[in-house]
This record gives sequence, structure tokens and C-alpha cells, in this order.
Amino acid sequence: MYDIVIIGAGVTGCSVARELSRYKAKVCVVEKCEDVCCGTSKANSAIVHAGYDAAAGSLMAKLNVEGNRLMGSLSEELDFSFRRNGSLVVCMSEADMPGLNRLYQNGLENGVERLRILSQEELRAMEPNISPDAVAALYAPTGGIVCPFGLTIALAENAYTNGVEFKFDTEVSGLSPTAGGWSIETNRGRIETKYAVNAAGVYADVFHNMVSAKKIHITPRRGDYCLLDKSTGGFVEKTIFQLPGRYGKGVLVSPTVHGNLIVGPTAIDIEDREGTNTTAGGINELIGKAGATVRNLPIRQVITSFAGLRAHEDGHEFIIGEAEDAPRFIDCAGIESPGLSSAPAIGIMVGNLLRDRLRLGPNPDFSGKRKGVLNPKTLSKEEHTKLIQEHPAYGNIICRCENVTEGEILDAIHRPLGAKSLDGVKRRIRAGMGRCQAGFCSPRTLEILARELNLPQGEITKCGGASRLIVGTIKDRV
Amino acid sequence: MTNYDIVIIGGGPAGLAAAVSAYDAGTRSILILERDTQLGGILNQCIHNGFGLHTFHEELTGPEYADRFVRQVLDREIVYKLSTMVMDISGQKIVTAMNREDGLFEIQAKSIILAMGCRERSRGALNIPGYRPAGIYSAGTAQRLVNMEGFMPGRRVVILGSGDIGLIMARRMTLEGAKVLVVAELMPYSGGLKRNIVQCLNDFDIPLKLSHTVVDIEGKERVSGITLAEVDSGCKPIPGTEEHYDCDTLLLSCGLIPENELSREMGVSLNPVTNGPVVNESLETNIPGVFAAGNVLHVHDLVDFVSEEAAAAGRNASAYVSEGGFEAARHEVPIVCEGGPRYTVPGTIDPAHMPDRLTVRFRVGSVIKNHFVSVYFGDKQVLHRKRPVMAPGEMEELYLSKKMFDERPGLDKITIRIEEA
Repeated sequence: MYDIVIIGAGVTGCSVARELSRYKAKVCVVEKCEDVCCGTSKANSAIVHAGYDAAAGSLMAKLNVEGNRLMGSLSEELDFSFRRNGSLVVCMSEADMPGLNRLYQNGLENGVERLRILSQEELRAMEPNISPDAVAALYAPTGGIVCPFGLTIALAENAYTNGVEFKFDTEVSGLSPTAGGWSIETNRGRIETKYAVNAAGVYADVFHNMVSAKKIHITPRRGDYCLLDKSTGGFVEKTIFQLPGRYGKGVLVSPTVHGNLIVGPTAIDIEDREGTNTTAGGINELIGKAGATVRNLPIRQVITSFAGLRAHEDGHEFIIGEAEDAPRFIDCAGIESPGLSSAPAIGIMVGNLLRDRLRLGPNPDFSGKRKGVLNPKTLSKEEHTKLIQEHPAYGNIICRCENVTEGEILDAIHRPLGAKSLDGVKRRIRAGMGRCQAGFCSPRTLEILARELNLPQGEITKCGGASRLIVGTIKDRV
Repeated sequence: MTNYDIVIIGGGPAGLAAAVSAYDAGTRSILILERDTQLGGILNQCIHNGFGLHTFHEELTGPEYADRFVRQVLDREIVYKLSTMVMDISGQKIVTAMNREDGLFEIQAKSIILAMGCRERSRGALNIPGYRPAGIYSAGTAQRLVNMEGFMPGRRVVILGSGDIGLIMARRMTLEGAKVLVVAELMPYSGGLKRNIVQCLNDFDIPLKLSHTVVDIEGKERVSGITLAEVDSGCKPIPGTEEHYDCDTLLLSCGLIPENELSREMGVSLNPVTNGPVVNESLETNIPGVFAAGNVLHVHDLVDFVSEEAAAAGRNASAYVSEGGFEAARHEVPIVCEGGPRYTVPGTIDPAHMPDRLTVRFRVGSVIKNHFVSVYFGDKQVLHRKRPVMAPGEMEELYLSKKMFDERPGLDKITIRIEEA
């Protein structure tokens, strides 16, 4: 019997898990995929929003601003990439200026610090590549960019080392109330728990509606993105949003913490909760819109395109807390943008709620510090040389585009909740995320994974399940 | 820091040929840096034959062709380092590299030959819509898995792009027991050599669909199918022409991109058409003493021409070292393209520095039939040659002699023009 079972190992589930690991409790995260960060958390804008956007007084606004404030210290404690690069909401027409001012006022009400409206001249001086048609912008210095995998994986690793269990490839199919809580039915048997936390992303309405008569409805809202080569990473310094206005909603253009440029997203409502396929229409729409706020966007430098799903709840508000008619079932539903930004605050909110309900005492062994994968590029030349002398694998480059060494791949595989697949390695240390998109390194990473996990290469997958990379040996059917 | 006269970045066909010719031209202090575990580059995975017809007048496999050059390097005791990644090259020709044994190390070179080769255009760069499951490989990655590792990347295969590696892999996968359903090509002509269309597709009854592209990739974990559609003259898919194929694999052979990240960072000027360095008649870049050859300079069809080009770069680098640098004031005559050629290598010629016979290579941008290739020195036609067919998939070459230049001192422009009779 667990005290708490969290359904979903996305950024929300992992943040709740990490908060709960502060307390003496038996906690388990169940995840239908083979790794953490496999759904909405892995495919989004990777933005830490300042918090001017959400409606004043909403839970979304409160948690966004709190999450943003927490992100800096959290990135230091948990060693993931985060940068407060600032964001700009660009107004493309004088007629839309009232909208920009409303956004500014909303931001002030939400408690966003240091917000101000920039004149056209100030804007140009700040971002030389901004469109000459831009008339003004709302500048939020607290806006930031984050590695969404880095954040989620760091939270999960820290939760795990502090005692939280993780069950992967475990899909929940039903929940039934018991005398003391919930019996959760999965493809790997039943799990009994006192409390259940629903952090199931685009599936959160499915689980909520299993236990509650007060139905909620989530629409998977697809966003297509293009990621551009690192040679374009300096194209803009800040995250550039377009003020929704007479020229439509627009898409953002932003540097990433890794030095690429990201462009997106579209917003296309779909029905398939696994419908992360890009479409020609989506990509064309994106490319059409992307150039509006900046000039000469180097869109031909695209190295990959992808799509992610936002868990859009009809009321466009986070639904966090105990379901009214389902005691001990705690929802974290409708966590769409700014969900990534809010994750640290959501974790604390749900953690505190459960601490009080279950009267949890502190975990005496809790350590909130986590060290990420050692990145040799951050070392001095002397330290780097010493590292290779001690661990020659750090002298062996596997991913040429991102200069990722065998040493980093070994670390990614063998650390707590380590990588089991090519995508698992990629999300932890970027091998295969560069301009050749794993053309050169995938056979070598495959070989290392098989060797280290002691599996035949035919068993190694791209992303778990049936995503095997090779299907046999040559001439085996000739 | 160690010192070498010539440091060659890359131990594939270009790097090997450059090293041998630089040695034979008199330079002894030569270092080859190779990132893979053996010399020979991509030739090692090209186990089909057809290499070496021009160089050795016989048909060799890729590994055999590489071996001919590796032996020459070994015979000359030219120094090379394997599994060594070059991390940075400074404008002052300091090469920073890394491997397991030496860690991070620096080498001061007098001259550098860029011979890093090229990479394949990825699915991402092509913006192909659909899911991102396992089973999508560039043709070269599949070639490595099949020919070097002995693995089958899939059983039912669709190939997008009719580049040579894709054509070769259509045959290879078939011989290894896979079913290759179709090769689709976006353009109305093939991107590969005619002989590969015949020997790799026609001989195995594999259909080639020109003016077609992939408009959807299905399968959430492993590829389960793809949709092809015909494209119009603007390469846009035509609605209603979609055809579905059940398959587990999509191979991509949609073009090669010279790997010039190191070159760009050190300040080498690149030609936006080739994505390779801008070079003069000596195959020297804008940085004195830095030369480029092979697929890093412009993507070739035949390795024989890579070797020939790289040998020239090696000789020129050797001359640069022995002369203590080329003199600064030079008379560079630009080559201008008209009526079809997209670029030329070299882009400029200094008559004082050219060899007795200089090869100029170029590619056309579309299929051109029954036209003439003419060369004009100023307004004067100096070369006029009929070409029944020219295609983007086949590199063209022509030769200019030093004598032609000697007869026209003060020349300020060379034009290569494709024209009707």
C-alpha cells in the first residue's frame, strides 16, 4: 500500500514527486512510457513565462509567477539549464496598442516584476533583427528559457534518489475506490494507494472522469515547431512573442538554452491524444507566420520539426486539488501553457496539500541537491585533460554535431533512472540532437546502449515499446 | 604544442590522396587527423564495386579503393591519428583536437587541408510531415548498419531521393532480403548517376517515381506506412495523387551537405551554392595556407575525382610550405557562370599559380540536352564543346591550359556559358 501514487511522469508528476520526497511517505510514480518526459513535457516551447498572460486572479497566473520566481534557485539546486533571457511581446500595429497596454496592466496585477513597454527605438536597439513594422513591445526581463527535458529529468532523479519509486511501461486502465483510498488497475497488476495524483497530461480528463461525476474535458491542442541550426542561435537574444491582434496570434521566435533557435507553435485542436504528427499544413502555417515579428528569419536552417500536445481544458484554467466527489483523488489537470513555467509551484502546492492531509513528517534523508551529467565543455582545459586521463571515454566523441562523448553517454545510461533508449540518451545529453539528427551517431549509441544494458542490439529501441531500431541481421530471411 | 607542416583534417579519400601527394611533392611533416576508428572514411561502408575506373582503370570496391591509398600512406610512414576529433581550428592554424589517449591537444600547422567530407540531409531538414518513429534512416546510416554491422534496419522499404547512396541501398537492401517498394524523387530527374539507375533499380524491377515526395509518415513507435504524392512544377504535392505504402522503413537520400562547421568557425568564406569553401586555382580558401578538397569543397559523384582534386590540394599545400607562403599580391581572374552552371570550382584563377592543365568542375541546375559548353576569356571564345546531356546528378568538368592564359595577359573575366549551337 502506497501513501501516494502519481499517474504520469511528465514535468508536473515529477515536480509533485520531488516535493513529496521531502516527507516520510511511500510514493510511486506510474508512467505508461519507458522514460520520464515522454509526452507534453518533451515537446513545447521550452519557455519560462514571466506571467503577464494568464487572467489576473486565476490559479494559472498565481502559479506561473511563483514558478517563474522559483526556477532560478531550482536550476541551481538540480543542475539543469535555465536562462533568464527576457521576453518581448511585440506589437505590430498602432491599432493594437491598447491590447499591449492591457497585457501590461494584467502583468502588473499578476505581480510580474520589472515589466515595461518599450518604444520602437528601444526595441530595435535591444533586438536588431526585429521587424521594422514592430511599433512597440512589452518587455519582461523575468521571462526565461529552460531545457524541458533537463528540468523534468532532474526533478525525477532527485525524487528517485530521495526514495520515490518509478514504474515505467505501466499504463493505468482503471481506478476504483477502496476503504482507505484507491485501487489502481494497470497492465502490470493492481496498485493500492491512499491517495492518487492525476498528472496525466492530455489523459487527465480520462482519469478524472473515471472517478468523478463532475466531468472535465481536455482537448489535445497540437503545436508544430521548427528547430533551427545552432548557427542561428544568436538571431535573437530574447524570446519574441507576437501580440495577438489584427494580424492573428502569431508564433514565437526564441533562442533555446542549447543555442538553437525555436519557432512555433501552431494551435490545432485534434482528437487523437497521441497525435504528435506534424502536418504539411501545420508546418506551412508556421513558416508563414514565423517571419512576422523579425526580419530575414533563417528558416532554411531548420534541422528538425516536431509537434507537441497541450492539455487544453475547456475552462482554460489549471484544475489542481481534490476532486469534489472523489475523496483522495488529487487532480493536476488542464496543465497547458504556462504549465512548464508553473511546474515548481504546482509541485509545492500539491506537496503541501498531501503533507497536511496525510500528516507527513520530514524525510530525514532528503537531499535537495542533484548533480547533472558532467558536461566536459564546461571544464577548464586542465580539468578537461585530467578528466580524459582518468576516464578516457570522455576523450571519445560519439555525437559529432553536439560533441557528445562516450563518457557522457555512459553517465546518462548508468545514473539514477538512466536512459534505456536512443531518445532517452538524446534527451539527457543531446547526442543525436544536432544538425545531422543522429545520422552518424545512432549506430554507435545503439552499440553502447546494448553493451551497457547487456542486451542484444535488436532489443534497443528509439523510444521504448515497439520502436526497435533494427529488425534482424543481414540475409536472415534470404 | 606540437608542430607539423601540413595538418589534414579527415582521413577519407580526400585526406589520404592529399597526404600522399603532399609527401611526394617533398613535404615530410604531415599529420592526418581522422575521427573514425580507421582510415578510408565512408569508402569503408561502400562495399559495392565501381570505384577506381578513372584512377586505377579497374573496378574496385570502396574498401579496396581506400586500401590502395592507405597503403601509400603507410609506405610513406605518414603520421595519422584515429578516433580523433578536431574541436577547433584557429585562424592562426592552431588545431585543437581530442582523443582517448592524448586527451585535448594542440597542433600548430603551417598549412591545413580541409578534407572533412559531407553529411546527409536529414528528415528534419527536409520538413517531411508525419510522426517520428523508429525506422527512418538516412541511406548512409542504413548502409553502415547493413555493411559494417551486419544489421537489417527494416524489411519493407520506401526510399525518398534518388541520390547515389539511395540507389545503391535499394539494391543492397534487396540483396539482403528486404523488399524495396519504390524510390521516389522530388525532382523530374534523378539525382544519381545513370549507371546506378540501371544497375540498382531497373535490374531489380524497383520502380522510380520522379516528381514524387513523401507527404506523411505513419507509425507511432515504428514506421508502419508512408504516403507518397506527385508534385507540381513548384515541387508542391498535388492533392488527389496520394498513394499509400505499407512499410516499416523509410530511407532518405536527399542530398549531401559539406561538413564545414570547423571551416566557418575559423573564418573560411563559404559559397552558398556548394556550402563549401570559396577557393582559387590552388584550391586555397580565403585564409592563406588553408586548402580544401573533396566533398567538403563540393559534393562529387565519383571518388576518383575526389582523389584527383585532393592530390592537387596536397601538391599546392606542399608548395605553400616550401615557398614559405604564396606572395600576397595576386591577379585573380573570376569565373562567371551563364546559362546553366550553378557554380565552378575553382571560383577564381591566378594564371601565375595555375598548373599547366587546370580542371574546372561545375554542375548544372537542370537537365540540359544538346547544348554547348563554351568558355570565354573576356569576349573571346576559347573553348566550345557539344554536350548531348547534362544533368544536376552528373558533375561536369573542363580543362584550361596555362598556354591559353599566356596568350591573353591582363585577362579580367572568364565566362562559362551553356549555349545553343
